[in-house]
Amino acid sequence: MIWIDTLMQGILLGGLYALFAAGLSLVFGIMRLVNLAHGDLIVFAAYVVLMGVTLLGLSPWIAALAAMPLMFAFGWLLQTTVLNRVLGRDVLPPLLVTFGLSVVLQNGLLEAFSADSRRIPTGLLEGASIDLGLVTVGVMPLLTFASAIVAIVALNGLFYHTALGRAFRATSDDAVTAGLMGIEPKRIFAAATGIAMVVVTIAALYLGMRSNFDPSIGPARLIYAFEAVIIGGLGSLWGTLAGGIVIGVAQTVGAAVNPEWQILSGHLAFLVLMLLKPRGLFPRAVD
Amino acid sequence: MYRMTTRTRVGTAAAIGVLVLVPAGLALPVVASRVGLQARLFILTMLTLAQLGRLRAGDGGLGSGGQQAFVGIGAYAMFAGVILLGWNPVWAILLGGLAGLALAVPTAFFAFRLQGAYFAIGTWVIAEVTRLLIAQWKTLGGGTGTSLPREATRDILGTETIAALFGVRDAAARDILAYWLALLLVVAVTGGIYWLLRSRLGLALAAVRDNPEAARSVGVGTGRLKWAVFLIAAAATGLTGALVFLQTARISPDAAFAVIDWTAYVIFIVVIGGIGTIEGPILGVLVFFALRSALADYGSWYLMTLGLIAIAVMLFAPKGLWGLISSRSGLHLFPVRRLLTGPKIEGGT
Repeated sequence: MIWIDTLMQGILLGGLYALFAAGLSLVFGIMRLVNLAHGDLIVFAAYVVLMGVTLLGLSPWIAALAAMPLMFAFGWLLQTTVLNRVLGRDVLPPLLVTFGLSVVLQNGLLEAFSADSRRIPTGLLEGASIDLGLVTVGVMPLLTFASAIVAIVALNGLFYHTALGRAFRATSDDAVTAGLMGIEPKRIFAAATGIAMVVVTIAALYLGMRSNFDPSIGPARLIYAFEAVIIGGLGSLWGTLAGGIVIGVAQTVGAAVNPEWQILSGHLAFLVLMLLKPRGLFPRAVD
Repeated sequence: MYRMTTRTRVGTAAAIGVLVLVPAGLALPVVASRVGLQARLFILTMLTLAQLGRLRAGDGGLGSGGQQAFVGIGAYAMFAGVILLGWNPVWAILLGGLAGLALAVPTAFFAFRLQGAYFAIGTWVIAEVTRLLIAQWKTLGGGTGTSLPREATRDILGTETIAALFGVRDAAARDILAYWLALLLVVAVTGGIYWLLRSRLGLALAAVRDNPEAARSVGVGTGRLKWAVFLIAAAATGLTGALVFLQTARISPDAAFAVIDWTAYVIFIVVIGGIGTIEGPILGVLVFFALRSALADYGSWYLMTLGLIAIAVMLFAPKGLWGLISSRSGLHLFPVRRLLTGPKIEGGT
């Protein structure tokens, strides 16, 4: 019984990690850009939502909705002014620039909001749970998982059924040829990063409502997210969800054995899977 | 008649300069204060790490993540040697190098299958795993860490002589010893890298980095050389880590495996100074230290400034400050370019 419960918790935790990872997966799949500031951007968005809640008195959901266009614009600007200038054959410059951005964001947030742990207040929702017969699950983890699925369905819909999505896939496969067909890769990249920042806002909402956060926790979220993307395989969003679930289950099972092993067992599961399947479980795009 | 050489007049002058500077550096403890010495120790260890970082990233094409794994494991191996085996700390530093090497073998097996960004994340995860495993090691203090026992720090090899020679107390003598060892290490590492870059192997590394297919088509193998670079860099990083924590005499998993200290600073130094040269990290570490002295009181503003400068340098001067200087002036203090010397060709320019 307890194992079914642990497994269920792990799967639901995987939903949160998939949300962390979806934006990363999108950007990585389309422009092979590894955004080392992704975790810090989630934390940044969480503070934006928190500001909406505490300063404007909005409900967290409305605050997140209001933050989305802001974050889209932020992503667009980031891509056009900084990231587009360093994208190229060499993977090192974008890595270094986003790493610099990560440090800037962390310390900027520290300066603005201090190192105190914060949380987005949710009222009654926080402790609520549903009895599913076999197991009892929290409403919040369930909502997170459902949001991850909705986000992935929406992104896949965008990807496979719209003109923008066609441009995304074409640029992902071959940016030069896509350029010959009248697609402007740099604009496509800017749109992709903007959309990724919208997903980041959703991830930030759940991060902030489910647990405490402070300016320093970004890099750890980045690692989980990245592990999920790599396990899932480049360019597959459902793969990213599967990867998130692998990490989530490994962490909760590890924690059930010994609380000190939670993080460690997630990393070990990643390393083992990397050895067995270096290209991930469901690779779509070719690196 | 025609000869290939890497020797230039500026290069020879720089070599003479180094020959003067190193003995001067050795004699520095005679005049420098203890705080000044500690600052120089910090500069030297950061410079060593930066040179190793650029060797792996710039020459080996091996990315730059996860350097903290080797610093941390080296430092912990030194502590294990002293606390568990009762070794003298100076010999235990060598254990740090061995530990770095030992960790590098499985890391390389794992990470060499990965490309680019995957490599960076893979090595980062390995560093995290190492940190979490070490934090489980209760004899060495677990998650909270431990100190070197007092009897071990009191009779470190050579400190008694140094204390008598300079008329200082034990703790100051330990700083002087650590400083000398750091100077030795930085000269060995920088000299080693310079030698490598001027040798046939260095040419092969550059060829592989610039175009692996073309390099292979003219018979330059890649596998073994990458392994060698990775292993040697890891061992030297382990030695540096052990040395840093010999001076502090206190260790914890968070300090030994700190991403900011051992990876972020190193990346910033290499980026600001310029990747792909010997001079770059030297200039970078000087800029880094100047900023640190100027902004130390402002806490997080300091790191923010450092990050912004690194981004600006990547955007506007991707070859770093030294790249900017040497492309404007043609100056190469440590030349590695092959030049053809001999009589002038008719009609040539």
